[in-house]
Order: sequence, then C-alpha cells, then structure tokens
Amino acid sequence: MEMLSKKATCKSHGQDSSYFLGWQEYEKNPFNEDTNPLGIIQMGLAENQLSFDLLESWLARNPDATMFGSNGGSIFKELALFQDYHGLQTFKTELVEFMAEIRRNKVRFDPQKLVLTAGATSANETLMFCLAEPGEAFLIPTPYYPGFDRDLKWRTGVKIVPIHCSSLNGFRITKAALDEAYDEALKLNLRVKGVFITNPSNPLGTTMNQDEFNHVISFAVSKNIHIVSDEIYAGTVFDSSKFTSIIEAVMDRNLEKTDIWSRIHVVSSLSKDLGLPGFRIGMIYSNNETLIAAATKMSSFGLVSSQTQYLLSKLLGDKKFTRHYIQENQRRLKKRQQVLVSGLQSYGIPCLKSNAGLFCWVDMRNLLSSNAFEAEMELWKKILYEVGLNISPGSSCHCTEPGWFRVCFANMSQETLNLSIHRLQAFVTSNGDGNYQNQKLSTRISRRNSLVVS
Amino acid sequence: MAITIVTEITNLRRRIPPRGIEQMEQLLSKIATNEQHGENSSYFHGWKAYDNDPYHPNQNPNGVIQLGLAENQLSFDLVEEWITKHPSASICTSEGVQMFRDIAIFQDYHGLPQFRNAVARFMGKVRGGRVSFDPARIVLAGGATGASELITFCLADPGDAFLVPTPYYPAFDRDLKWRTGIQLIPVICESSNNFKITKEALEEAFENAQKSSIKVKGVIIANPSNPLGTTVERETQITLVNFINEKQIHLVCDEIYSATIFSRPNFISIAEIIEEVDCNRDLIHIIYSLSKDMGFPGFRVGIVYSYNDAVVNCGRKMSSFGLVSSQTQHFLASMLSDDEFVDDFLKTSSMRLAKRHQTFTSGLEEVGIKCLNSNAGLFCWMDLRPLLKEPTFEAEMVLWRLIIHKVKLNVSPGFSFHCVEPGWFRVCFANMDDETLEIALKRIRIFIQATDKKSDVPAKKSKQWQKNLRLSFSGGSRCEYEESLKSPSVMSPHSPMSPAQLVQTRT
Repeated sequence: MEMLSKKATCKSHGQDSSYFLGWQEYEKNPFNEDTNPLGIIQMGLAENQLSFDLLESWLARNPDATMFGSNGGSIFKELALFQDYHGLQTFKTELVEFMAEIRRNKVRFDPQKLVLTAGATSANETLMFCLAEPGEAFLIPTPYYPGFDRDLKWRTGVKIVPIHCSSLNGFRITKAALDEAYDEALKLNLRVKGVFITNPSNPLGTTMNQDEFNHVISFAVSKNIHIVSDEIYAGTVFDSSKFTSIIEAVMDRNLEKTDIWSRIHVVSSLSKDLGLPGFRIGMIYSNNETLIAAATKMSSFGLVSSQTQYLLSKLLGDKKFTRHYIQENQRRLKKRQQVLVSGLQSYGIPCLKSNAGLFCWVDMRNLLSSNAFEAEMELWKKILYEVGLNISPGSSCHCTEPGWFRVCFANMSQETLNLSIHRLQAFVTSNGDGNYQNQKLSTRISRRNSLVVS
Repeated sequence: MAITIVTEITNLRRRIPPRGIEQMEQLLSKIATNEQHGENSSYFHGWKAYDNDPYHPNQNPNGVIQLGLAENQLSFDLVEEWITKHPSASICTSEGVQMFRDIAIFQDYHGLPQFRNAVARFMGKVRGGRVSFDPARIVLAGGATGASELITFCLADPGDAFLVPTPYYPAFDRDLKWRTGIQLIPVICESSNNFKITKEALEEAFENAQKSSIKVKGVIIANPSNPLGTTVERETQITLVNFINEKQIHLVCDEIYSATIFSRPNFISIAEIIEEVDCNRDLIHIIYSLSKDMGFPGFRVGIVYSYNDAVVNCGRKMSSFGLVSSQTQHFLASMLSDDEFVDDFLKTSSMRLAKRHQTFTSGLEEVGIKCLNSNAGLFCWMDLRPLLKEPTFEAEMVLWRLIIHKVKLNVSPGFSFHCVEPGWFRVCFANMDDETLEIALKRIRIFIQATDKKSDVPAKKSKQWQKNLRLSFSGGSRCEYEESLKSPSVMSPHSPMSPAQLVQTRT
C-alpha cells in the first residue's frame, strides 16, 4: 500500500521470523498447570521471574515508594509534571551505583553520562540514530538476539553484517571472523561504523573472555570505529567475578586517554536484572559528551515514566536490599540453569557451557534428520506442536550452524521447568516412533506422584 | 599468542592523543550533530532566562515568571483525592502489591487491555459521548512527542512532506522531522480571518510543494490549536477532509488539548466529522496524550489512534520504542475507568480553566491588550502588534527581550511558532497559582502604564504606541537583536532544579 511509508510496508520489523511465530502459537495454546496442562510451555521468553518475592516484600516494607513521599506529604504533582529528559537525578544516581555494584565496583559510573530511555529497545535504536547514517553498518557476532534486526535496522536504515562465530571454539569472537566481516561489508560497499557486542551474550549465556576483548578492542581502534556493548544481562551472571564490562576492559588496557574511550558505549536495562520489563527502564552510558547530548534530546521520544523513576530510585536506594537481591538472584539463576543443563545432559542433549543469562544454548544437532536449516525447522515445529515447548531456533538468532536452540529457564515455576524437561526427555527417547504422546501423558501423571526435583 | 596480545596492547597505547571535537563529531551521525532538534533556537532564550532567575514568591519575588509552559496545574487536588481513596491503583501499596508481578513483567506492545479500554472510554467522554473509540485501534507511544514521530514514520519516507497550518507548536519541527527526514510545508494563516485554515492556503501550500517536486503525504493540524487556543470549526474540518480525500493524502489531527475546552463553541473531533462526511478512512489518524487534559506530562502517555488497519499494525510494532510503563498503565486504567471521577474531573477542570482564562484576558484587557478570542487550551494568543516599533520580526524580538529581561515574564514569541505576522505572543495561564498569575498581570499593567506615562497617550489609542516605543527601558538596540540570534552556548530548557521547576520542550 503506497499510501504508507516504506518502513510501514517492509518486513524489517522482523516479526515474521520463527522467533515470533513460536510466540504466536504459544498465545493460541498456552500451558497452564490447572486449566491447560497439555498446552505449549513458553521457553522462548528471556524473562527473570525468579525473584519477585524479594521485590514484593521490599514494597510491603516501604510504602514511601508510592507517590506520597515520606510523612504522608504528596509528591504526586511534582512527579506528574516531571518530564525533564535529563531524568530524575536521585534515580540516576542510584541506578549508576546499582550498575557499579553488579560490576563489583570495578567501574564507577557518572550519572551525567547516562541517558534514560524507554527500555533497551529504545536505547539501542537511539544509539544507531546517533552513530550511523542510513546505509552504514554495524558488525554483530552471531548468534545474536533476533530483536536486533528490528531495533537496530528498521527505522534507522542501518545495516547489520554478521561476525560469524562457530561452535568449534564455543562461538567465541576471533580476529579472523572480525576481519572477514569487515571485508564482507567492504564488498557490499557498506561503511562500517562499529561493532555491536552483547555481553553476557544472548543467546549463548556466556561472558566475553580476555581474548575476545583484545580482538574487539584492537579491531575497533585500528578501524577507528565504535564499540557498543549491550550489557543488559550483566546482573544475571551467576558469579560476579566472571563478568567484565567493556569499560573495565578498556581501562585495564590503559586506553582511557586515547581515542577509543569516546567510542565506547554501554546499553543496559532493568528488564533482566530486576525482572521489570514492563517498566521500560533502559539506559545508554558513554564518555562521549556529544553523543550523550544528542541521545538525551532523542530520549524525548521514549522517556521513562516519572512514576517509575521514583519507585526505582527508592528501591535502588536501599543498598542493603540491592546487595542481597543481586546475590540471591544470581544464586537462584545458577540453580535453575543447573536443573536444565543436567536434565538435558542425562538424555544426551548437551548445552554450551554458560555462566550467565536466562537461557541455555542447547545443542540438538544429534536430533536433526540432516545437517540443514530445513531439518532444524522441522525439529523446531515438532518440538513446538508435538512436544509442546516454544523454544527459539538458532536460525532466528542468525546462527550459521543448524541444530542449536535457545531454551529459557527463568520465566516459569520450578515445576513447569521440570515438566518441560520431562517432555523433552520423552521426545528424545521416543524420537518419532509414535510413542511420544503416551509418554507425555504418563510423564504428567508421574510428576504429580513424585517429589519435585529442586 | 601471549606475546602477540601484549604487543597489540602496547601498540594501542602508543596511539596519538584524542582528536579534536570536529573529528569526534564526524564519528557521529548527521542527525546527532545537526541542529534539527531545534533546541538552539532563540525560542529557548526565554527559558534560559527563567532557569537562571526563576520566580519564587518568598525566595525570589523579582524573578522571571514562567508563562511559556503549557501545563495544566489547576486540578491536581482532584487526582490526589482520588489516589488517597484508591490505594490499590498503585502496585506499590499493600492493597495493590498483589498485582506487582503481573504488571512488572507486562511488556506486550498492545498495552494492558484495561488501559486501552479506559483510554478509549475517556476519549469518548471528552467528546461528550458523541463518538466512541475502539480500544483495538489504540497504539501506545512515548508521550505525544513519541506519537507524533511514530505516525510520521508510518506515513512518510525521508524527503516527503506534511502540510502544517501556521502558527504551529515549535517542537513539531523536531518531533516530525528530526529522525524521520520529512519536511514541513507551512499553510499560511493570517490574523485577518482569525488564523483560520482556508482552502486557498491549503491549495497554495500543496502547489508550492509540487513545484519543488516534493511529495506531500498529508496534512497535520492541532485541534484545539496550539498556540491559538481555538477549536477548529466544523466547516474548516470538512474543507480539510475534502481536501485530503481529493488528493488522497493523510490527515493527522493532534487532539492533545481536547479536554481543555472551557467555553463555546464546543469541540468537534475529526472522529465526528468523518461520521458526517464521506472519505477514505484509511487516511484519518488522531494523536492524543494525557499530558494536557489530565496534567500528566511526566507519565509519558502518548496515543496514536488510526482508522487505518495497516497503520495500527505497523504503529503497534513501533510502540516498542516508546511503550508506556506498565506501572503507569495500570494506575491510569484504574483512574480513567472511574466514571464518576472522570465526569467530575472533566467538568471541574473545564470550569477552572474558564475562570483562569477570564481572569487573565480581562486583566490584559484593562490595559488595552487584546488576545485572539479563544475557547480552549492552556494559553492565550496575545496581540502585541501595537507595541512593536515597526511591524517586523526584529521589532518582535526586541519587544520579547524587553518582556523577558525588564518585565520579567517568559512568554513565547510568535516567530517561534512560524507565525507570518510579527507581534503575536503565546502566554500560558494554567501552570501557576492564582497569586502568581496576579503578579504577572500586575507587572504587565505597570509596564503598559509606564509606557503610556512616557508618551502621554491613553492606553487605548494603540496606533500611537508605535511612535513611542523607543522605550525608556533601553533594551531595544539592533546590537541586542543580533546578539539574541546567536545560539547561546549551553542552551537547554532544562537545569538541575527541583522537579516542580523543571521544564521540557513539550510546551
């Protein structure tokens, strides 16, 4: 329909991909322990639902977080009128301290260099608007979060050129892969403006190691390009000592007084760490003042609700609470991951060794009928419709090798996770010999009779 | 391997020192480094003056009074009372916390169903129940700022144009053009017919675009108008609908001030017009927000309501870039579903706005200052043409600086709204308490009376003023005018101040 813009009519929003189609199928037949026990279990949603009790009990102890301030004095009016794109200062101050805490205080952040945005979705798009012209490119290691196709490219016109990572070395970024991607961009006549990394990685669940930092940083220095580091999962690292922020990595290499320092930009959000995706709290952090000035103005298109800023300023201001939360949340995530990994392992399905994230990168290559993406799609559909699990196929994450799937573990109860493991186990055992449906049923019955595996 | 890495790092450290700012800016996009955000325009000079010297009844009684901020601060007491009686509307209270989890994880870009239902219902009430809105057509956005940009992304490609009647809200230049790459072509409206939009003006703007080979995708209007404070008449809207229908281009109606009507004629929404007039409904879109009607700019509730299914679908996906916080959706769903509260709020707010408007315009009238006859909005369109030395924008600028620095009032000059006639100023009246408004009026009275005394001419003989405006407040030199055109170095309408005093460009 030519009445609308090209953006409105193209497919760059990426929502016709299998990543989203699986969600739609789930919506049509969602699992519910009581009302729909044979429904599809959602394992394609990277949400952290493990620690709400901690937040709820905090709220119960802290009625000040409502808009009525302390001593019953109402600040409702001030909040309702507050639309300054610099954000609520108290909130930003607490937020940067929280970010530092997650990074073991190896990095300190300046609230003046932080821009608040409506979620990391908005932060990533805003950065692209600021760093690249339409038609210019960013290099992104594969596999990557499917939403990047929309967030980084759709309205900005920026291109993504993949840096191919391989299972042979655990999908680590190599110098050769960076160079190859850059050359590919040149062949396509694309000017490369930067490298976009996600650390910890979605979908891999791994944190970047020192070799990878070396490769990426020296690459960005030599090509005079930006590094954007989406650190949205920083708080989901099971062991904090294993996570290094790009800022720390650059400081460790004593590069703060060089050019590259103004080309390092961090994106984060409270959607994964605190499990609050509905509140739309995203952020851009950079030492580049010009960028911060521009991004701050652009944040007008997607500011964080003042009501939400206020609530979070109170929550994050309680340092005893945040320290306890970070630790306990990490402990629970680690435990959950282990349940999934060992459950799959016992039936011969390995996962990539991971130390972060809300998901595992599962190796189902052995279950493919052939080493092809068609076979991966076939397997995915079986798992969706017959096994009743919505998991995300590697092709939707632009993985170059068929057979890998992202499986989330933190967005359901322990029981549901156990059930999904049993379903998968039953599928693997039967592997298409027709006994699968009966096994699914008997698994459900036996689950009720057995102790919950914790 | 280790040696290679060490060498790499050593080589990196030997790099040349950081480059100049110019080179640094080349690393950023044109959008990031051009001036199209508009914040360096002299429009914000008045804001800066206010920020540097803000009025406070006790602490700074001689400070600048902010009359440039279109906020509705008159009815918070009603909202606060409602909140006290409905603690479960907040997910932070003990009454509401059981909803915390579900709300905190809700990020579906369709929005909370109860919120969309409540907004649709509210929009219907604002229009007196004469039309109803389908919640399924409601698309969320990051404030009206986000909504305006979103609809533009859906309807137009870079280089395409929208026609917009002058005078218009200054931030349209940013919201509609900055990141979208579209152009705005003015539809000239004049005081001779009270700035009404005419068919001739529309046709002329359209033809100008065609001559320049610019593709016009639609017309955007604000109804009620900012800065005029007038509602768009039925006949004008019918003309508009016929115009866009004939050309098969879009009509976007920003109805953000729809509940600020305080006197006749009644507000007529485009939603009502299309019930009477045949047109291609795929071309009709409404922008809305709760920032003005309810006084909630901080909550960032923007709405796009489109009669075009493809626009709704596409727009919804774009919502992801500026969704409304689920905490806020939940809170407002509860409030706006309370029929009794909403009915009372709308009625009371309207009455209070009427009173304010009356107080202000009659206060101006006493000293011979006229405003455009208006029935809506949070501001008046003040006619200070008699005070200009000459009918030029230079003279308008001189007068404006005088008002800011000597009379100590931040008002918004017509040129910043792209008005084609110098001498008009937008003055807001709903963003302060009664006492402050009275003080503002007093300052105006003193200013005008001092001028009259100097010239010995009665206030009402306005033509005489032109001769006498080498004002004894010696601010009116050419040098000052040129000075004022330069971008001030750190120009932002914002400053680290207490929340109540902070301002934003959505004015």
